[in-house]
This record gives sequence, structure tokens and C-alpha cells, in this order.
Amino acid sequence: MVEAVARWIDDLFLGMRDSFLNKIKEVGQIGIFFYQAIQASFQRPYRISELIRYMEFIGNQSVFIITLTGLFTGLALSFQIYLGFKLFNAVNMVGPTVALGITRELGPVLTGLIVAARAGGAMAARLGTMRVSEQIDALDVMGINTRQYLVAPRIYAAIFCMPLLTAIFDFVAMVGTYFLCVHLLELDEAIFWEKIANILDPRHINEGLFKSTVFGLVFAVICTFRGFYTKGGAKGVGEATNQGVVQSMVMIIILDYFLTNVIRIYYTLAGIQ
Amino acid sequence: MSIPLRALDRAVEIVNLKKTFDGKDFVVNGMNLAIPKGSLTVIIGFSGTGKSVLIKHMLGLHRPTSGSLKVLGQEISNMSTEDLVRMRCRFGVLFQGAALFDDMTVLENVCFPLQEHRREWSLKKITEIAEQKLRLVGLDSKHYHKMPNQISGGMQKRTGLARALALDPEIIFYDEPTTGLDPILTEMVDNLILNTHQSRKGMTSVVVSHDLEAAFRIGDYIAMLDSGRCILFGTPEEFFKTDIELVRRFVNKGMKHA
Repeated sequence: MVEAVARWIDDLFLGMRDSFLNKIKEVGQIGIFFYQAIQASFQRPYRISELIRYMEFIGNQSVFIITLTGLFTGLALSFQIYLGFKLFNAVNMVGPTVALGITRELGPVLTGLIVAARAGGAMAARLGTMRVSEQIDALDVMGINTRQYLVAPRIYAAIFCMPLLTAIFDFVAMVGTYFLCVHLLELDEAIFWEKIANILDPRHINEGLFKSTVFGLVFAVICTFRGFYTKGGAKGVGEATNQGVVQSMVMIIILDYFLTNVIRIYYTLAGIQ
Repeated sequence: MSIPLRALDRAVEIVNLKKTFDGKDFVVNGMNLAIPKGSLTVIIGFSGTGKSVLIKHMLGLHRPTSGSLKVLGQEISNMSTEDLVRMRCRFGVLFQGAALFDDMTVLENVCFPLQEHRREWSLKKITEIAEQKLRLVGLDSKHYHKMPNQISGGMQKRTGLARALALDPEIIFYDEPTTGLDPILTEMVDNLILNTHQSRKGMTSVVVSHDLEAAFRIGDYIAMLDSGRCILFGTPEEFFKTDIELVRRFVNKGMKHA
């Protein structure tokens, strides 16, 4: 009995160790995959047309959904903050509070989550389908560097598009906040703008844009990696897509916390208040 | 068993090739094989005997655990990625499912390798050559601007073959080209392989297949694999005369089904 329990505990800890080591190995593989893609992107031929194609896919085709979610996020957030601030007579601070929250946190995070789900999922599914239907092998045997042709343009496109989409999200969310506060809740328009202008600094917006660039990099690398190394048939494509999207979303939320702290530390070291 | 060949006459030369994925079981286990230049060689064997793994080694998609593999006189088992890219420009491959790029039309699929490797050529010249390759495999011009999912399986194979021929390869590999096709389409693809081989003097064709009847019909040479080794390499006549029990069983079964 005691031996059985001891063996069970051994197996449990050995399993946890193996699982942890596999995760470390996977992070290493993703790092190498990213490095190879970026290294290949500096070799000729440069894939400019591919880059533009994926920027159109990740950027242009996400504008509508980003606008929609940005608008309603602005409306909902400002209304909740209005209800809270009304309790202690601080409704004039709704505008700047929403502006800071949107530009520094919600804008980049929600844009990251939405684009990771939409474009990241599509990337993983597309590459996964290409893998299982031997299209990637076909490119390989044609003497085409598949990391350069398929992976690098997608990563660059995500890096370039994410700050732009975040800027749209921020702007539309603030339009929603303005509409709700000034036109529906009848707050004073001049005070609304003045408070925002006093408190919101361009570096707050830049902070969010920087975060969104990192989120773009992270979801693009994870999703392309999952798709590129898909195994099996349709089931494998489904699993790769699912893993790509879920891991990207979790990483965006975790990274947001760490990036916020890194930026705080940078401000402290640089003497920025 | 194997035909003595001078080094220069060998399109593919495999010496004691071994491959294991898990460190224990060898999928390819001491393979020796020499494929003559200019021949049409069919590699046959039961499922799981290492046919697909072998062709992936020849294409440089897998690296062997040990042994030597020369294609067109060059050792590719330890070749750098850059050299492999250059080497692959001399290959043509027709995959089992044709592996056409599904976001390109039939014509664009055939133009693609030319656009990648003949960058100095004009689009007009590339299109002309692609159309010429499509005509060679017997594909009607009315299908050129269709997407791969708008054409039949046979037409997809033709397009895949035209794409494989686009760069005028010195060696062309066919990975199970007739698997999953009906008998009429199978015969059509077999004839296509044979006609393509005969129309291009000096080109080596390597076909991986489990279709024994087709192997006898189109192959100059046949190689039979078992347990990761080549157990017989020879002409179709040699296959009929062999004393090797496994080969006799395979031949008898295959010919009965035919």
C-alpha cells in the first residue's frame, strides 16, 4: 500500500517534471522558429507583396470588428465608471479615467485578443491545411524557403498592423465615451475635454501602442508555429488552430501585466513621473 | 540483385541508409539502392515498409540517422539548407494529392516555380512556358484559370505534373501518384507518367507506388522494399523469375488483383 502511494507520488512529480521540461523545450523551439523566420526575411527575394497581402488581411479586414468592439467597450466602460464616480460626485473624471484605461490597457489587450482570435486563428488554420495537404512540402522541394515565404511576412504584418488597429480601437472607444458622457449623460463637454487633455499624455498612448506591437509579435509567432508544425489531418488542423488561439490569448493577458511593470520600471529609471 | 553501375550512371545512390525517429525502431534499416540515370524506376512494397520515408530522404525533407544518400552525384544527407535549395531546383515532385496551392489558379500554380527561380524572365515568357507544360500533360486551356477545387482529381494530377516539369528537372519523383484513384484515372496517370518520361530524354523518374501491375507496365526497373531494406532491385522480368519468397507472394497477389 505504502509502495503504491509512493509510486503514485513519484509518477505525479515525474509527470509534472516532464510536462514542465516539454514546455521549456517548446518555448525554445518557438524561439528558434522565430529566429529562422526573421533571419530568412533579410535574404533575397524580399517578400514585399506577401507582406502587403497579409497586412491587408490582418489590418484592413479587422477594422470593422475592431471599430465595433471599440465603440461598445467605450460605451460600457464609461457608463460603469460614471455610475461609480457619481457616488462620490466625481463624474467629471469619467473621461480621463476611461481614456487612461483604454489607451494603456484595454485598447491593446482587447485588440490583441480580437485580432489573435480572428487573424491568428486563420493563420494557424491556413498553415495547418497547407501542411497536411503537402503544400508546404511542395514549396520546400521547389527550393523555396517556407519560413521566409509563409512565416516572416505574417509576423511582420501582425507587428505593423497591431498598433494601427489599437489606435483605431482607442479612437473609436473615446468617440463612444464622448457620445455617452456628453450627449446621453449630459456632462459638460468643455470639462470633459479639458480633463482628458490635462491628464492624458502622449506617452500613455505610446505605452499602449508598444504593448500592442509586442502582442502582435506574440500571437503571430505562436499561431504560425502551431500551423507550420501541424500533424495529422483535419483533426490536427483543428487542434493547431485551437492551441494557437488559446495560447496567444493567455500569453497576451500574462504579458500585459509584465509589460506594464517593465514600462513602470523604465519610467522610474528615466525619471518620468 | 543490383545492377552494376558506374558512379556517373547513377541518379540516386543509397548506401547503408538508416533512419529512426524515436531512437529505437528503424524505419529505414540499412538500405542500399542505385537508381540508373534516365530510367523509370518504381519503388514498391507493402504499407509501412519505408517507401514514403525513403522518398522524403531523396528530396532532402528528412535527414538520415546514418548512411549515405547521393542524388545526381551529390551527397544530400548533410547538405546545407542553401545547397539543398539549389539542388531542389533540379528536382520535380508530384505529390500524392497533387499539393496544388489552393489560392492560385491552375496556370498560376505552374507559373509559380518559374516566377521564383527565373526572376529575370518576363511574365509573358513565364506564362508561355507554363501553358506549354500544361499542353504537354494534356490539360485543356479552358481550365487554366480555374481554381484547383474547380477541377477533377485527374486534372489536378496533370496540373501537379506540369508544375513539377516547369523547371525542366533532371529527376522527377512521384509519391504514390495513383493512391485513392479509380482504375480509369489510375491508368490515365500511369500513361501520363510513362509518356512524360519517354518524351523527355535523359530525365530520371522515380515512382513510389504499391500498384504492382502499374509497376510492371511502366517501370524499366523495380525496387521492392521490406522492413526498411531493398530486398530486390531489377527489371520486371527479374521479378517474375526471382526465388525470394516475399517477392513471389507480393507479385502473385498483385497480379491476381490486376
